[in-house]
Amino acid sequence: MATVAHLDFEKAIAEVEEQIDRLRHMAREKGLDVTGEMESLEGKLKSLQTETYENLDPIERVQVARHPRRPYTLDYLERIFTDFVELHGDRMYRDDESIVAGWARLDGESVMVIGHQKGRDMKENLQRNFGMPHPEGYRKALRLMKLAEKFGRPVFTMIDTPGAYPGLGAEERGQAEAIARNLREMAALTVPTISVIIGEGGSGGALAIGVTDRILMMENSVYSVISPEGCAAILWKSGSERDKAATALKLTAPDLNHLGVIDRIIKEPTGGAHADPDATAEALHGVLRETLDELKSLSPEELHEQRLEKYFAMGEWHPRS
Amino acid sequence: MAWFRKTKTPLKAQDRRDLPGDVWEKCPSCNEIVYREKFRENWNVCPECAHHLRLPALDYVRLLLDEGSFTEMDAEMRSGDPLSFEDLKKYPERLAQAERKTGRRDALISGHGRMERIPVSLAVMDFSFIGGSMGSVVGEKIARAGRHALEEGTPFIIVSASGGARMMEGIFSLMQMAKTSAVLAELDRAGLPFISLLTDPTTGGVTASYAMLGDVNISEPGALIGFAGPRVIEQTIKQELPEGFQRAEFLLEHGMLDRIVDRREMKASIAILLRHMLSLPAPETSETGSPEG
Ligand SMILES: [Zn+2]
Repeated sequence: MATVAHLDFEKAIAEVEEQIDRLRHMAREKGLDVTGEMESLEGKLKSLQTETYENLDPIERVQVARHPRRPYTLDYLERIFTDFVELHGDRMYRDDESIVAGWARLDGESVMVIGHQKGRDMKENLQRNFGMPHPEGYRKALRLMKLAEKFGRPVFTMIDTPGAYPGLGAEERGQAEAIARNLREMAALTVPTISVIIGEGGSGGALAIGVTDRILMMENSVYSVISPEGCAAILWKSGSERDKAATALKLTAPDLNHLGVIDRIIKEPTGGAHADPDATAEALHGVLRETLDELKSLSPEELHEQRLEKYFAMGEWHPRS
Repeated sequence: MAWFRKTKTPLKAQDRRDLPGDVWEKCPSCNEIVYREKFRENWNVCPECAHHLRLPALDYVRLLLDEGSFTEMDAEMRSGDPLSFEDLKKYPERLAQAERKTGRRDALISGHGRMERIPVSLAVMDFSFIGGSMGSVVGEKIARAGRHALEEGTPFIIVSASGGARMMEGIFSLMQMAKTSAVLAELDRAGLPFISLLTDPTTGGVTASYAMLGDVNISEPGALIGFAGPRVIEQTIKQELPEGFQRAEFLLEHGMLDRIVDRREMKASIAILLRHMLSLPAPETSETGSPEG
C-alpha cells in the first residue's frame, strides 16, 4: 500500500487533493500568487468531503474504519496523552506487539492505556501482525489492567483489530482462554474503565479489551460480531454480498448508539479521522476527559453494580422478566 | 452399571443387510454396526470402541442429575429480533424453523437439580438449535441460572456445544460473551464452584467466554474445541492442520483442560470434584481414586 492511499469512493476527493498539491508546488517553484485558485480548490475539496462522508453506506464505513491512513492507538497516545511509558510482555511467553500498553497521563493524571496497534506498511504490519493479537497480547493487556487496579488508576482501551489471530500457535496457547479470562476479569475490575473503538471492532478479539464501564465509538468506526465478509460467506454463501451483510449487522456507530449498546459517539472531522488526525484526537480528548470525570464520581461499589447492570441488560428476549 | 457392561460381539454388517436402517447405527470410528438401542443405553458411546457420538441436550440433564430432581427454568424464553435481521431468510423464520425442528425455544436448557444429592444449577447447550449459537436467550438463561446458583449458594455447571455466536443478533450476540463472563465473575467472588463441560463441538464465542472459565474444565474424548474454526485457520495459515489439532486430547496436552472423562463416568467424576470444592465428605461407597479415575 502506498503512503497516500484512497478508497474507491474517495477518488474524486483524491483528485482534488492532487490538484491542490500540484498548484502549491507550482506556486512555490514559480513564485506565483495562487490564493484565489487555492481557495476555490479547497472549497471544492471541503464540499466533496462533506458530500461523500455524510452519505456513507455501512460497507463504506467499514472501509473508512480500515483506512490505511486512519489514526491508530499510538497516534492518539501521542496527541492526547503525555509521559507515556510503554510496558511489554505477558510474563509467560513473549511480547505481542499487536497490543501496545503502558502508563500515560491524561491532563497530568496517571492512567493505563491499552490498545490494538496496526502497522502502516508491510514491515510494520508483520511486526504488529495487522493488529491481530495472539493470547499473549491479551494476557499482557490483563496484566497491565491489574497493575492499574493495584494503584487505583483508570484504564483506557483503544480498540482497532480485525479480530484475534486464528492460527496454530494462538490455538495451542489458548486464544479462547485468554479472551475469556479478560472478559471475566474486566467485569470485576475495581477502577473506572473506558473503551473507545477507534477503527475496527472485530468480534471477540475486540471485546477482550472492551468490557468497560463506558463504550465509546469514533463516528466512522465499526463494531461487529463478525466481519461483513465472513458473515456474507456464511449466511449469503457468497463473500461478494458483504455490503448486504454490513448493512444487516448494524455495525456502525449510529446504529449501535441507536441499539443502546454504546454510550457515546465521537464526531470525526469532515473527510474522516484520517483527514485531520489532530482535530480528531482533540475531539476524543475532550470526551475521554468528560467520561472519566463522570466515572470518578462513582464509588467502586457503584461502578461494579452499574457495570453488571449494563451487561446484564444487553440483548432482547421475551418475556423480559 | 448395566449400560457400562460390554455387550456380546455384534453381528457382521452383511448379516443384517436386509434389516431396516433405523434399527442400526454404524460407529464412525470402529465401523462396527451396533443396535441403535445399545448406543442409546450407552449414552451414545460406542460399546465396542468407546467412541463418543454427540448426545442430545436433554440426555445430558438425565446423565448428570439425579432422577426426577431437575426443575427447568425459563423454558418459554424466546429471542427477539433486535436487528430485524434478514439474510437469505428472515431471522424470525429461522427461529421458528429451529423451534419446529427441536421443540425448544432456543439453544439452551437451564435449571436446577441434584447431582449425587448435591444441589446444582445446570445449563446445557443444544447444538441442534441453529448450531448451538449464543444469542440473547442463551446469554440471559445462563445469567439467570448463574444468579440462581449465587442466591442458593450452589455450584454451577455448564455443558457447552456451540458453533459460536448467533450472527443474526449482531453485536448483542457478542455482548453475551461479556454478560455470561460477568456472572461467572460474581460466582468467583462468592467462592462458588463453576464446572465447564466442553462437548463436541465447542468453538467461537462460547469457547472464548464461559466454556474456558471453569474452575475445572472437563471434556469428552475426541471433542472438537477451539476458538477459530479449523477451516478459518487453514485459510489463514494456508496449510493443512496437524492430525488431532483442536481435539480434547490436544487441549489437555496444551494445558487448557483439566481432564478428559468418559461420558459414562461423567456424573461420578464431577460429583467427586464438587465434594472436594464444597468440603463435603467422600461418600462411604466411594472407590479409591486413581490418577486416571
Ligand atoms: Zn466404535
